[in-house]
Amino acid sequence: MAEMRYVDALNRAHHEEMERDERVVVLGEDVGRKGGVFGVTAGLYEKFGEERVIDSPLAESSIVGVAIGMAANGLLPIAEIQFADFIHPAFDQIVSEAARMRYRSNNAFGCPLVIRTPYGGSHGTALYHSQSVEAFYAHVPGLKVVAPYTPYDAKGMLKAAVRDPDPVLFLEHKRMYRLVRGEVPEGDYIVPLGPAAVRREGRDLSVFAYGWMLHESLAAAELLAQEGIDVEVVDLRCLRPLDKETILRSVAKTSRALIVYEDNRFGGFGAEVAALIAEEAFGSLDAPVMRLAGPDVPGIPYSKPLEEWFYPTRDRIAAAMRRLAAY
Amino acid sequence: MSARNARAAVDARHRTLGLSDQDVLDMYYYIALARALDERMWVLQRAGKAMFVISGPGHEGCQVGALWPMDKQRDWFVPFYRSVAACLVKGMSPTEILLGLLARAADPSSGGRQMPGHYGHPRYKILSTSSPVGTQYPHAVGIAYAAKLRRTGEVTMVAVGDGGTSEGDWHEALNWAGVHRLPVIFVVENNFYAISVPFHRQVAGGSIAARAAGYGMPGVVADGSDVLECYRVAKEAYDRARRGDGPTLIEYRVQRLGSHSSDDQQERYRPKEEIEAARRQDPLLTFREYLEQVGLLTEERLRAIQERVRREVDEATDAAERAPLPEPESAARYVYAPPQDDPAFWTGATPPGAWAQSPEFPWLRQE
Amino acid sequence: MPVEVTLPQLGESTFEGTIGRWLKKPGDRVERFEPLVEIITDKVNVEMPAPVGGVLTQILVPEGQTVPVGTPIALVETAAPAEAVAAGAPAAAAAPAAPPVSQEGPRLSPVVRRLAEEHGIPLEEVARLRGSGAGGRVTKDDLLRYLQARQAAPSAAAPPAAAPAPAPAVAPVPPSPAVVLRPGDQLLRLSPLRRSVAQRMAQSKREIPHAYGVIEVDVTSLVRWREAYKDQWRAREGVNITYTAFFVRAAVEALKAFPIINSTWSDEGIILRRDINIGIGIALDEGLVVAVIKQADQKNLVGIARELEDLGRRAREGKLTLDDVQGGTFTITNPGVFGSIWSMPIIVPGQAAILATDAIVKRPVVRNDAIAIRDIMHLGLAFDHRIFDGAVADRFLHRIREKLEGFAGGDATLTDF
Repeated sequence: MAEMRYVDALNRAHHEEMERDERVVVLGEDVGRKGGVFGVTAGLYEKFGEERVIDSPLAESSIVGVAIGMAANGLLPIAEIQFADFIHPAFDQIVSEAARMRYRSNNAFGCPLVIRTPYGGSHGTALYHSQSVEAFYAHVPGLKVVAPYTPYDAKGMLKAAVRDPDPVLFLEHKRMYRLVRGEVPEGDYIVPLGPAAVRREGRDLSVFAYGWMLHESLAAAELLAQEGIDVEVVDLRCLRPLDKETILRSVAKTSRALIVYEDNRFGGFGAEVAALIAEEAFGSLDAPVMRLAGPDVPGIPYSKPLEEWFYPTRDRIAAAMRRLAAY
Repeated sequence: MSARNARAAVDARHRTLGLSDQDVLDMYYYIALARALDERMWVLQRAGKAMFVISGPGHEGCQVGALWPMDKQRDWFVPFYRSVAACLVKGMSPTEILLGLLARAADPSSGGRQMPGHYGHPRYKILSTSSPVGTQYPHAVGIAYAAKLRRTGEVTMVAVGDGGTSEGDWHEALNWAGVHRLPVIFVVENNFYAISVPFHRQVAGGSIAARAAGYGMPGVVADGSDVLECYRVAKEAYDRARRGDGPTLIEYRVQRLGSHSSDDQQERYRPKEEIEAARRQDPLLTFREYLEQVGLLTEERLRAIQERVRREVDEATDAAERAPLPEPESAARYVYAPPQDDPAFWTGATPPGAWAQSPEFPWLRQE
Repeated sequence: MPVEVTLPQLGESTFEGTIGRWLKKPGDRVERFEPLVEIITDKVNVEMPAPVGGVLTQILVPEGQTVPVGTPIALVETAAPAEAVAAGAPAAAAAPAAPPVSQEGPRLSPVVRRLAEEHGIPLEEVARLRGSGAGGRVTKDDLLRYLQARQAAPSAAAPPAAAPAPAPAVAPVPPSPAVVLRPGDQLLRLSPLRRSVAQRMAQSKREIPHAYGVIEVDVTSLVRWREAYKDQWRAREGVNITYTAFFVRAAVEALKAFPIINSTWSDEGIILRRDINIGIGIALDEGLVVAVIKQADQKNLVGIARELEDLGRRAREGKLTLDDVQGGTFTITNPGVFGSIWSMPIIVPGQAAILATDAIVKRPVVRNDAIAIRDIMHLGLAFDHRIFDGAVADRFLHRIREKLEGFAGGDATLTDF
């Protein structure tokens, strides 16, 4: 088993799936000759040629729309949207078309399509290279929305997404590409789209997060451990379908729940998790369900102090954990 | 020109296009069938049996002309809500159209889930339709891309109205197809109204076909009341696509004989004289005149076609009305594909193409 | 207008504080930044300055009570408009997502109600208990402990209808269900410092795979010099010269040679610390505190000696600031002062190693094939075996030994080593 970066695990998955199944094609802006602006599709163009690795026009709606047509006619497209911030022109194609194709045709047509996109803020990514879009799409029945954290999951879940008969929005937090490393087995394996993963067992309170916020939550949990507070950290990794059982089991154990997400707090994905816990784990709660999220400003501002003001950092997560533990 | 000479000229016309006498009689049958079915749909709606109708009176000629050169087994068609005649030509039966109108469980387009007029049929390679206009254009491009990559020889035709040409997806699709020289035919059925908004408020420059130049493909205009001309330009487009010479944009200029939908009344925004003038360009009349002129449509034949059409529409109405409505609980089905129980499916042990054999993916099944 | 004074966040890892002594009485005038109240946390005792000036109108939390960070502890009436006092608000207010912690007084959570019902305890009885949650709220853990205490010592717990049980629900009875109070046993409540030490030591032993190395050092020349010159030196430099000052200097030199030892473990990798901040264990009656000499590599012997004296004095007086106890990268503990000759210390969490300096004793040793009486001590190193291995530890210890044994002496003018 090799240790590799998140970006390399994704790259391996692309190579292996394209080799395994000639129906797999990749399309998007700069995915070919350049290998993607983050390098996720590096080496595919050279190996599989320009017909299967398509440098598309700069037009997000039709990147998805064309991929839907490809899927209808027997291909397994992986469409890359260069930044999640630019996915909005494709909202109609994703929500009205891809997500509804099966339902509206009463299962006559399907839409086996993967839409990959880097989301979330990094340093200096500002309003239009840092958005979190999961709440918009996790709301939509017919779509699957995933945000793997470990390189192991990145490879295994991308392979599962390619083989999934339904459209999958595959969210990659851009901070993780080169920062998160982990063991990734050689060869073929898949990680099913659905189950959550308990990344750290604990008994005092439960934290639910995904992507970079999971990374920060794990670090915060270590800080809390030094204070004798034992935090359970759950990697939601698949936002739709959502693994209710693992969430409810964890809350039944700890009686305290904190949901962390980088997206704006209001109406964010964490609200759904909070509602689930309130509705189905009420009798287990020893404290109000808490959310820690990005503040409700339209975007992450650029200047360093403004940017720092925005992020739910490990220190802020730790502080929230303390407040919840002390309640 | 004398009447005799005129007849000789038109006589030559469909044959010079490569159409047999039977072809043009069949084309007339489809136009008449679509019109009769259309009228029945409005009757059923006014009788309270359907909540909504949207259809294509006036569009039938161009649709039949456009689809006639198609390989109906091999080629794809991506419709819009006025594509009644086109879907009949592609293979759907009048009963299948009316099952959708009456939202029956057996509706092949959607099992009664969508509003009427949202056609789709995997067996006939008619892609499922939605309501946002223009979104189907990129789908057609994707289907054509797959056909080119897989070297299947399929040609894809997609249709939209003049309003849809203002959508970004429309332009993006043409650009994609032009860049990749894809085997796709873009049809615009320009009836000069997007609900109530007239053509001059919709399209700058006065020509949709002219836009093709900007996307690196030929653009042609044909009169929707001239069914043979509609056929001719479509045939050229199919030949071009099959040769690997890329896409074509066809603008059919047609007349909308009715209102936009059952929720609309065109008399409120359209001059009476214009509506009356439109009726004179009804392809059902103009094509009948042609067939009469060339002596193919005798009174006897006309009566036989009309009786056949009436019988088929009546039978379809009875069959659709008798068909059961969907079970309420079935509304929860098919949000996602049914679970794949075969572990080999997920572990990648399934050979490429195996999906095509799966009952869940009928549209991929090999012929 | 009245302004709420809330318990401040006194460090990244403190989340509650105990009110020590109110330095002002209700009705007293208090200036902005004038000491208002003593606050005891599990790490330090501080005098909290008033965030605003005005008249102290009400004390909300009495002396001796422990409350979470953010709890209102007093009201100060100010003349200033709201905007002016906002400047004194803690930074936490600017952080997103304010806590949903209710300030409306104790209430029973769903799980507490459910458990009480399952065990047939009237909710009024539960509500009368004083809990460990915010504002004395009874938490699930409190109730579980109360249930345990009722079962374990029925005589000690009040019957449900009688007055509320005094201690059991609040007293931090060890959570392990195996521990039962027998008649005559005495329960010593944990001080914040004791609890903190307990948690950190347990965490260290749980998480860090400790390995050990011990060497013997001959410090005869150092002892001779100190005996001869310590008084003169003190007169000259105005500060005591202790052996610890020499140990710190020797350790700093060795840490510079082996930066891997001045580090911390993380899942992403080993973090080498730029600064060399030496923690010094200081024994107090209520427990051990570790005060930190910051950037010890930039201080000479005199500087180290001064700082040791200052930290020791302030530790005994309870005047260490939060900054004094944070940021250590390596720790030296001195069990030798109590006579220990061989110690195996526990690493401070977040560091890679700890050095124990044991007692200096006279021993017969072989020198140049003859028996000699020398001053000998042991240096024991406990280290995180994830970060480096025994060979590095031994070389590090040898480096310290070379430095100490190589002490050249001189006279009272010695200022560095």
